Amino acid sequence: MGVLQIVIVLAVVFLLVKPLGTYVYHVYSNEPNRTDRIFGWLERFIYALIGLKERAGMTWKKYVLSFLLTNIVFVGLGYLLLRIQSVLPLNPNGIGNMEQTLSFNTIISFMTNTNLQHYSGESGLSYFSQMIVIMMMMFTSAATGFSVAIAFVRGLTSKGKTLGNFFEDFVKSHTRIFFPAAIGVTLILVALQVPQTFDPTLTVTTLEGATQHIAIGPVASLESIKHLGTNGGGFFGVNSAHPFENPNGLTNVIEILSMWLLPASLPYVYGRFAKNRKQGWVVFSAMMTLFIAFLVVAYASEMHGNPAINALGIDHSEGSMEGKEVRLGVAQSALFTTVTTAATTGSVDNMHDTLTPLGGMVPLAEMMLNVVFGGKGVGLVNMLMYAILGVFLCGLMVGRTPEFLGRKIEPKEMKLIAVAILMHPLIILAPTAIAFVTDLGKGAITNPGFHGISQVLYEYTSSAANNGSGFEGLADNTSFWNITTGLVMLLGRYISMIAMMAVAGSLVRKQWVPETIGTFRTDNKLFYGILIGTVLIIGALTFLPTVVLGPIAEFLTLR
Amino acid sequence: MDQTNKLPGTSSGSYVWIAIRGGILFMILCGIVYPLLCTGLAQLLMPGHANGSLIKDASGQVVGSELIGQTFADPKYFQGRVSSIDNAADGSGSNNYAPSNPDLLKRTQDSIAAWQQANPDVPISKLPIDLITNSGSGLDPHISPKSAAVQIPRISKLTGIAPDTLQQLVDKHTGGRDLGVFGEPRVNVLELNLELKTMLNK
Repeated sequence: MGVLQIVIVLAVVFLLVKPLGTYVYHVYSNEPNRTDRIFGWLERFIYALIGLKERAGMTWKKYVLSFLLTNIVFVGLGYLLLRIQSVLPLNPNGIGNMEQTLSFNTIISFMTNTNLQHYSGESGLSYFSQMIVIMMMMFTSAATGFSVAIAFVRGLTSKGKTLGNFFEDFVKSHTRIFFPAAIGVTLILVALQVPQTFDPTLTVTTLEGATQHIAIGPVASLESIKHLGTNGGGFFGVNSAHPFENPNGLTNVIEILSMWLLPASLPYVYGRFAKNRKQGWVVFSAMMTLFIAFLVVAYASEMHGNPAINALGIDHSEGSMEGKEVRLGVAQSALFTTVTTAATTGSVDNMHDTLTPLGGMVPLAEMMLNVVFGGKGVGLVNMLMYAILGVFLCGLMVGRTPEFLGRKIEPKEMKLIAVAILMHPLIILAPTAIAFVTDLGKGAITNPGFHGISQVLYEYTSSAANNGSGFEGLADNTSFWNITTGLVMLLGRYISMIAMMAVAGSLVRKQWVPETIGTFRTDNKLFYGILIGTVLIIGALTFLPTVVLGPIAEFLTLR
Repeated sequence: MDQTNKLPGTSSGSYVWIAIRGGILFMILCGIVYPLLCTGLAQLLMPGHANGSLIKDASGQVVGSELIGQTFADPKYFQGRVSSIDNAADGSGSNNYAPSNPDLLKRTQDSIAAWQQANPDVPISKLPIDLITNSGSGLDPHISPKSAAVQIPRISKLTGIAPDTLQQLVDKHTGGRDLGVFGEPRVNVLELNLELKTMLNK
């Protein structure tokens, strides 16, 4: 039954990738289509309100400038609101202002689509902050990422100088994708018992006469955009493991599909833009292959359980249940874990810190690779970056100038790609090392032995990959952790985005090279293999030593 | 996409204005209009679910939420899962013990010892793992059907209710997988104990 529920979810993804991808392509292709009649009036109204008079294409620099400016505005306003939340309306539980470094961390975390949370929602945020800062950034950071990915794809696949208009892409991401989907999913979740109210914390007298305070709030509206936007920050401290955020197996599946479907359909969108759908399917297949391999490891490891506990002689046929919920069980938990770190959402429906060593290695490894579907757009951009790298490596081997989609790949692009690829391990491994040599860093570790290494490594990997899940035992609400992870999230998000936009800006201006018999094809099985190989080789070369010190060492000691 | 942007109104200065106006507008749309609209619709269409699925006892008094676990100290009641936060529903969480953490092993061994003392009739090889592990949220309202079944001998002895009657009660409060496939079969401990309490009061 465990395997069956997983297979059904995978089948739904396979079935919906094409229709959803087609819809997303029409949203951004800017050709007239039927949906204009439904959404056009609202978009024109928004353009008028924000003073967007005409929507000309932007060069890559203007596109970058536009999204940076927009994000800076959100960061500034959001930071201010968190610092003064105690005097703002809709604060029935009397929550105080957020401390400086925690506000810094929280704002960066949500703007970069990471949603690392060093606060606990029940006690750290007023309802107003949950709405106007958290939910708002869940929409806008996802729309930013989506727009940038589309602009990158346009750069690879079109001729001219420009990559599209950021403000137009940003508005359309909201009106045609995130608003309708979020409202729909919210109502489905409420129908399945997720609360949505402005009532303050409930106080009840329990069956045995004790007093229980039950935190509640506008949970469903946050829950839906949290997954649709691959954000991942929970309303409550324990995220989607909380029964109010995720009351049953069906809500779990809906949350999985919400976070997975859009990233999974992006390779297809790319294929449409490239006017060669096979290009998209090659990328999709490479992602899906890696995903299934990871899922198998996670599920098998969690079903096998913790040898130390199993040795005590109890009935462990359910698998490892520490940190998991009965209604979800191992199958739904393993699937959620694999999807949430693949799609860089970072919500959790079980506690990743309590996963078995190899089960916990899966989310860690997925975030290190950062190409298995990936968050709103980022995964596709990263995978295409590896595709260009793969083409480049093959070009070196046969002594030909590499080409990708009819454009010559030259030193300028390769330098930018090298920066983007090397930045990811650098901002994970360097701060991890710093944390280990300082008391400020080491002091946060709560699990002894090799697992302590995993805790620190996971925190920075999650920040760099803009995922946001955590080995939550880590005592991370200190100035040291707030500031270092804040910086890692900033660099992780914007450096690779800007570098890849520069690549797109450079490629879009190039002459197209006609395809000949000597052209290295990127839409066949050979390239699928090369793509996976490139990802795994780069990933293994950079991260294997630390993975051996953390999860693998823990696995060997427990076995 | 070949238009260049030399037209007036597209300089970097105007981008700043668009970004600021857009920023404020989207704050209002995403942060106020959207949650208010959702809350309005949810409260109108499904008020019971939207307000936390509260459960009332026979006298109409609210005793908790169907979705939030409670602590049952009295051995006459079915016990839920381990909760390091003692089911405090205003501060969800758990200890986050790693599999290799010695504290996890110690807590589990203590749970097993306590179980043996309270349930001498059931061998520990029958004790399901979910009953002695901490849930992720610390608020898990459910246990597995097996975890309910192994508690029947103890409860029967303490209350004098026949094991068969208790098993029927458990079956009545056992929920299946959602749509028949998703999730795991589960027993809602609060609902089960609520009915058990009514039987005891008779």
